[in-house]
Amino acid sequence: MSGYLTFERVTRVHGQGAASVTALRAASLSVARGELVAVMGPSGSGKSTLLTLAGGLDRPTEGTVRVDGVDLRSLTRSGLAEVRRTKVGYVFQGFNLIPSLTAAENVALPLELDGLGGRESRRLAQEALAEVGLVDEAARFPDDLSGGQQQRVAIARGVVGDRRLLLADEPTGALDSQTGEDVMRLIRERCDAGAAGMVVTHDARHAAWADRVLFIRDGMVVDESASEPVDVLLAGDAR
Amino acid sequence: MSVKHALLSLLAQEPMYGYQLRAEFESRTGATWPLNIGQVYTTLGRLERDGLVAADEPGADGQHHYRITDDGRTAVLDWFATPVARDQARRDEVAMKFAFAVTSPGVDVGAVLQAQRRATMKALQDYTRLKRSGDPAEGREELSWSLVVDSLIFAAEAEIRWLDHCEARVRRYAAAPAAPAAAPAAAPPATRAKPATGAEHAEEAAR
Ligand SMILES: Nc1ncnc2c1ncn2[C@@H]1O[C@H](COP(=O)(O)OP(=O)(O)OP(=O)(O)O)[C@@H](O)[C@H]1O
Ligand SMILES: [Mg+2]
Repeated sequence: MSGYLTFERVTRVHGQGAASVTALRAASLSVARGELVAVMGPSGSGKSTLLTLAGGLDRPTEGTVRVDGVDLRSLTRSGLAEVRRTKVGYVFQGFNLIPSLTAAENVALPLELDGLGGRESRRLAQEALAEVGLVDEAARFPDDLSGGQQQRVAIARGVVGDRRLLLADEPTGALDSQTGEDVMRLIRERCDAGAAGMVVTHDARHAAWADRVLFIRDGMVVDESASEPVDVLLAGDAR
Repeated sequence: MSVKHALLSLLAQEPMYGYQLRAEFESRTGATWPLNIGQVYTTLGRLERDGLVAADEPGADGQHHYRITDDGRTAVLDWFATPVARDQARRDEVAMKFAFAVTSPGVDVGAVLQAQRRATMKALQDYTRLKRSGDPAEGREELSWSLVVDSLIFAAEAEIRWLDHCEARVRRYAAAPAAPAAAPAAAPPATRAKPATGAEHAEEAAR
């Protein structure tokens, strides 16, 4: 099996009977290590649902989600928590920063929960914050940061440590054009270094950093687009 | 765009041979703007005719060295000082095709849209890869090249945004309870009656 993350006919239905909403329908997909996949689709089409299922934050109604070959459904609560802590870096659409912790503490938290020493956690957190251009803001609390800065703290928390599966839900929504591009470059670098990545975005320019773009409509993956390797591109050039 | 002005701007920096001009042009635009040597000489011929450049006597190798004239320098300054007009009559085939798809019975508009979206997305991915392959320790030429690639990237992005917008509008139209799909074609466009605008009220008030 080549996919680090795989979905086999995954369906997620919220609620029951007449009031039920099928947020995802029989989705099958696979993301390998070293690969970055973008997900695009209109609001309410099921993108966040897809991502929360991939990150083990929600469970499918039907079908199988595997991370690193392990069927998430086979795991106990604590087993699932461990996968989330050690393998998954998750950037939430609404940032989900803890208001009583500083930016650096927010970023260091997953590492500390994972049993890494406080000092080493802080060091890695500072490094990750520097990668998103936040050095001077490390000691500030989320409420004292701008929206775009909060978003970048959330991204630093997602990429800190050696998580092999990066899941990011609209990670560039609050950022200006160049900062958004820097964030995509960072996620891309992590994938080039061996992580499997999935990014939800409304912005085609950011989706274009991915190897493949999945288009989702009404809970269904309807199409995808893949890029040529750059040597093929240059060979096709008229020069 | 004006190849003429681009070449003039290069000659404003120093006199050059035709093949040099082509190389300099390409280093600034990358693979995005193929220019053949024939076009370079045709353009130089016109510039010379218009008195914007002058050719030296050919050297031993039979090549002319071109230099810019004072009028040529003025033309370059004017070019940089004047914004480019939005293409009045640019015929965008994508928009055109879509306009006809929407009004052609039996055409799956969603499929037309998605096919275009996939193609444009692929182009956008390819441009992004090209850009990533560039050396980030950018010199001025690397910068100018990647800015040209950026312009292709933003144009493709805008097209995808427009396609998303079209799709949303088509869906909303199809979902509307009074979708007039079955209405007789000859029905008077009652809803098109010109509404009174705020501007008219303002004009009245001003009288
Ligand atoms: N807990 C829930 N209970 C009921 N319906 C839900 C729940 N969560 C999501 N949904 C519905 O499932 C569908 C998909 O939601 P989802 O959040 O995945 O969309 P999305 O593509 O991420 O949208 P956006 O771009 O707005 O973030 C929507 O119709 C939403 O209303
Ligand atoms: Mg969402």
